[in-house]
Amino acid sequence: MINLKFKVNGKEVAIKVEDSKRLLDILRDELGLTGTKEGCGIGECGACTVIMNGDAVCSCLILAGQLQNAEIETIENLERDNILSNLQEAFLEYGAIQCGFCTPGMLMSAKALLDKNPHPTEEEIKTALEGNLCRCTGYIPIIDAVKNVLDKY
Amino acid sequence: MNKLKYVGHPVTRIDSLEKVTGSAQFVDDIDFGPNLLYAEIIESTFAHAIIKNIETSSAERVPDVVKVFTGKDFPYKFGLYMKDRFIFAQDRVRFIGEQVAAVVARNPKAAKIAAKLVKVEYEPLPEVLDQMEALKEDSILIHPDLGDYPHVPWFFPKANTNVAHWRKTRRGNIEKGFEEADVILEDTYTVPRYSHCAIETHVAVGKFDYSGRLTVWASSQSPNVQRNLFSEALSPLGLSHKDIRVITPHVGGGFGGKAGVTMEIMVAAIATKLKGNSVKIRWTREQEFYNTYQRLGVIAKITLGAKKDGTITALDHKLYWDAGAYVEYGANVVNAVGLSATGPYRIANISIDSACVYTNLPPGGPYRGFGYSEFLFGLESHIDRVAKKLGIEPVLFRRINAIKEGDTLAYGAKMNANGLLQAIEKVSKEIKWYEGKIESEDPVKVIGKGFSIFWKAPAMPPNASSSAFLKFNEDASINILVSGMDIGQGYLTVMAQIAAEILSIPPSRIRVERPDTDRNPYEWQTVASHVTWSCGNAVKKAALDAREQIYDLIERTHYLDRDTIYLEDEKVKSRTKPDFELALKDFVINGIQVEDGTFKGGPITGRGTFMPEFTSTDADPETSQGGHPNVHYTVGAAAVILQIDKETGKMKVLKVVEAVDAGKAINPDLVKGQVTGGLMQGLATVLYEDMRFDNKGKMLNPNFTDYKIPTSMDIPDEIVPIIIEVPQPDGPFGARGIGEHTMLPAAPMIANAIEDALGIRIKSMPITAEKVALAILKKGEK
Repeated sequence: MINLKFKVNGKEVAIKVEDSKRLLDILRDELGLTGTKEGCGIGECGACTVIMNGDAVCSCLILAGQLQNAEIETIENLERDNILSNLQEAFLEYGAIQCGFCTPGMLMSAKALLDKNPHPTEEEIKTALEGNLCRCTGYIPIIDAVKNVLDKY
Repeated sequence: MNKLKYVGHPVTRIDSLEKVTGSAQFVDDIDFGPNLLYAEIIESTFAHAIIKNIETSSAERVPDVVKVFTGKDFPYKFGLYMKDRFIFAQDRVRFIGEQVAAVVARNPKAAKIAAKLVKVEYEPLPEVLDQMEALKEDSILIHPDLGDYPHVPWFFPKANTNVAHWRKTRRGNIEKGFEEADVILEDTYTVPRYSHCAIETHVAVGKFDYSGRLTVWASSQSPNVQRNLFSEALSPLGLSHKDIRVITPHVGGGFGGKAGVTMEIMVAAIATKLKGNSVKIRWTREQEFYNTYQRLGVIAKITLGAKKDGTITALDHKLYWDAGAYVEYGANVVNAVGLSATGPYRIANISIDSACVYTNLPPGGPYRGFGYSEFLFGLESHIDRVAKKLGIEPVLFRRINAIKEGDTLAYGAKMNANGLLQAIEKVSKEIKWYEGKIESEDPVKVIGKGFSIFWKAPAMPPNASSSAFLKFNEDASINILVSGMDIGQGYLTVMAQIAAEILSIPPSRIRVERPDTDRNPYEWQTVASHVTWSCGNAVKKAALDAREQIYDLIERTHYLDRDTIYLEDEKVKSRTKPDFELALKDFVINGIQVEDGTFKGGPITGRGTFMPEFTSTDADPETSQGGHPNVHYTVGAAAVILQIDKETGKMKVLKVVEAVDAGKAINPDLVKGQVTGGLMQGLATVLYEDMRFDNKGKMLNPNFTDYKIPTSMDIPDEIVPIIIEVPQPDGPFGARGIGEHTMLPAAPMIANAIEDALGIRIKSMPITAEKVALAILKKGEK
């Protein structure tokens, strides 16, 4: 077991968990943040993407031991974050959502990109989203939504 | 008709806020409390074997293990159209990955550790992995008791063979048809298996409470089918339909893979033996690949004859399906194709054989397109080749033979109203089909164009039906209860738009509830692209029912003739009395007070049901003539501009255009969303995805690293969706389904574009860069 202190969506979290517990399970089972989804469990689909210390990561590949003092941002951070909420609105507007299962991870990858690079090119957008699989939309509406958000900055 | 206010408009999907905020709850997101148990499945390691013994005692001794179950605990068969499956394997296993036993434990870790200790002793049998092998007379039998299996009356299994069903369709005189032909071309096309790859894997939780009620939460397209099959399979335990409740929250993609019943039967069964506890099974990505349905593979032999003037005179289409170890659902894919493998063509002389063959591979089942993608790959490739032989331009050849309203279908009924010619014309124009070859600026690359038309009918039992309840609330907002599933296509939004139009209430004031079999009325299932049409009709009827009640009440209390009143902006208004105006919220629950101080009316609740009352599967089994198995066909056309690297075979889609006849696009944005997403899924089956098995029947690539589905880097440069609207007379506002259809033309148009660019005809899917590069090399050697 490990005593962990880290931040999730700006709030301090202090919990005791097994060292081998995945960030994904900590978020979903310990903190009740079920917006982050599990699609493959081996870092291939991106459904569990969250932002850790500024980078988009697959939370299924992050173990408790790596979390000490980390800053984590999840889809539930909407209320507090302007870029994220603009992205969410653009997703609505551009029909970038169908079943919605990849959506939280997709949004977090897009946000991690815009946080670092507020004016990415289309190629940079595609590259940033490459690790997030979507089986419904064919990606085009998602890329269009992200492009549209750029105009707001 | 009055101008439509909500139908035909790009209303934002009503469930998008939930999805975009992470609030949408999928089964795995629901909290089942600390007593939730976890089941780990022990799977067959042989494609075909007799189970000699299962040793469970060491697993049972692992701390936190509650119980170990095997086939002996549940000696029950189940299946949608044919009862050929077991909850857990009984005396034999028939594919690698088949469920043999389950360990139930208080935590997933204990279940996993214990599952490894379950020892299954097998006596291997020879496996049959190829449908042509399985068809041979001396093949080992995969289901020796096939002759005893109950099945729907429109299946024709052959006892003591591996043929689970054989659909024959005969029309006209096939010999005469070929005699009349100036050109006859015969060839064989091969399509392998594919996986749906919804990003959410299957998850199911079952709870059997102390009163004897079974509740199952499932990521499913088919709550009512689930309840029905659970009830049938578990009836020896005394469970009836009313005792079983199936709840389906948000579903993270279906594509057919979450239709019917697959792994959910295990939680339903296990729960009945563990009263008071909830039991969960969550498929891993690997299990999602090898133990849910897979798209069936097919070998199609096509012989097509045509006259010099371009008239097709005869089609002999023989399809041999690799249907897998269990075909309770998959055999209906085979059946559907057996009735429709003419494609959208008017052909006088037809012979179709569609054979459903058992193999020792995972069960084949429904997959977006339901067999049509598979046969269209061959047929639409063949059409191009016959046109070339005749010296007729391939799109003109399609136009000459395109089926029209009133033409006779393969099974003898008449073709419905459709916009096929319009679709062909609009696609040709948008893709600049007749403007000649596009030369690549890069000498290493060549560019080709490919065309394909398509059709598909819903494949349903003749009495598949939908129903809807509509409830007004005090403020005149509405809750609609239906049992269709929003699997991403936007069904809930479309239902809201239909009710909104009839009742003149904005869709934003309407909630459409996801299925719960205790609460919502019956729906057959969300498959076959039929819910917009079928459930849309039910919702429309429910809204009309509510409107009639409103009109009755106004007539009774305000003495206004019902023909003079109408609904607008949530109010009742009158054409004859411009001053009259009554807000719905003032009476839809609490009624209307009249002169004597009493109240009339009461809560307004609408009810609607829809069943296509003109369909029938009663037909001659030798010819399929006499019935009316399909309700209607949706048609369309598509074309692609494809760039190919001659050195690597790598392909890039520069532009793709697709026109689909939606009858009436209730929500044009959602239709366009289906076109983009469906085309991408179709392009993936031809360009990237490739399911591999070893020579013992083990799937070699059950993960996204080795089974490549497209990423954001793989999108076409441009997709142009075109909506055609030739109304479906019996559809809500003229609508018919389009969801599955959007992926149908992808594979043949790519094959046709490759031939156009390189002069190479590839007759097997997938057509990967590797395959193209090798074909270019081979051509160079000649």
